[in-house]
Amino acid sequence: MSADWQEETYGLLRQAGIDQFAFVPDAGHDHLIKRSIADPDVHAIALTTEEEGVGLLAGAHLGGSRGVLLMQSSGVGNCINLLSLIRAGRFPFLTLISMRGDFGEGNPWQMPMGQSTQPVLEACDVTCLRIDEPSEVPRTIDAAITMAFNSEMPVAVLLGQKLLGAKKFS
Amino acid sequence: MPDLKNDPNKGTRAEGKTASGHLDRRAAVKALLDSQGDDVLIVAGLAGAKGDVLAAVGDDPRVFGFGGAMGAATSMGLGLALAQPDKRVLVVTGDGELLMNVGTLAAVAVANPSNLGIVCVDNEHYGETGFQRSHTGLGTNLATMAQGAGIGAVRTVTEEDELAEAGEMLRQSNGSAFVLLKVAVDEPPKIRFSWDAAFHKNRFRQALLGRP
Repeated sequence: MSADWQEETYGLLRQAGIDQFAFVPDAGHDHLIKRSIADPDVHAIALTTEEEGVGLLAGAHLGGSRGVLLMQSSGVGNCINLLSLIRAGRFPFLTLISMRGDFGEGNPWQMPMGQSTQPVLEACDVTCLRIDEPSEVPRTIDAAITMAFNSEMPVAVLLGQKLLGAKKFS
Repeated sequence: MPDLKNDPNKGTRAEGKTASGHLDRRAAVKALLDSQGDDVLIVAGLAGAKGDVLAAVGDDPRVFGFGGAMGAATSMGLGLALAQPDKRVLVVTGDGELLMNVGTLAAVAVANPSNLGIVCVDNEHYGETGFQRSHTGLGTNLATMAQGAGIGAVRTVTEEDELAEAGEMLRQSNGSAFVLLKVAVDEPPKIRFSWDAAFHKNRFRQALLGRP
């Protein structure tokens, strides 16, 4: 099941010429991951840890392609040291982050990384654009694409749990 | 026991260190790179591996060399190989760097671009930090791990006369390929390379794509 904004997001990413979709399996990005796997015109790359996505996207840019890293907020912590590559090389970098440890979270193990996701990214020079309302999705994704690939800067779009819905725990 | 009197590493940080391999690292990497032709794109992992690449091909625009971000060379090579399917891409990295993100071998095996080769220069030591012994000197076998990750074309090279076949495999393989070079432990002279990664990125792209 997917909301309209998820399909719209896929369309915007493809329209921008993004053809490397890197991910670690994640419920919040399920639609984008499935769409990229089913799309014969893109590379859907299954990572073993999110930090591989940082190297991969820099390599894509080196070769003239565009990529996006789809990850959960917990994966942000795995990326920190490799973000040195993005900053040192002034590489464009676009990541969409499905938040955990956020609005309505019921698993306390998710809180430490979820609550520190944005400050940690900002400390590493990654600009964060947060979305909590479906109506905000298209223009925010569009803005992030422009900032990442035209201004060649690192940008993270944080998809909040208000938007995604919190995972249910009984 | 190492022969300390005649230690070729006398006076360097590698003095008194031994490894199971005996290949000359710079000669072995040069032989492999020479066999790949002039248009191969190279991602050089940090420290010793970068020195081997620079000694072999010089400060060439088709080399992107790391100065940090340890563990990212192989994933960068994967992104580059997928972006440039008509060019050969070689990642040259060390045992220490590969160990740091060894799971990337699984990501490579699954994506399996046929134009990607990984060369691991294995001296069984962390040279940059003072030649502490690495896991590969204590029983870990990175070629077995590459095979276990699912990479189909894997070679371990221990003798010089095996380099030609390994180079051939890197060139001809119809999937991603991995070569483990078991080299002697030594500390060849450092080669100067700009630390400016943005400069290298722009120079690489200008040469490859005609734009920075």
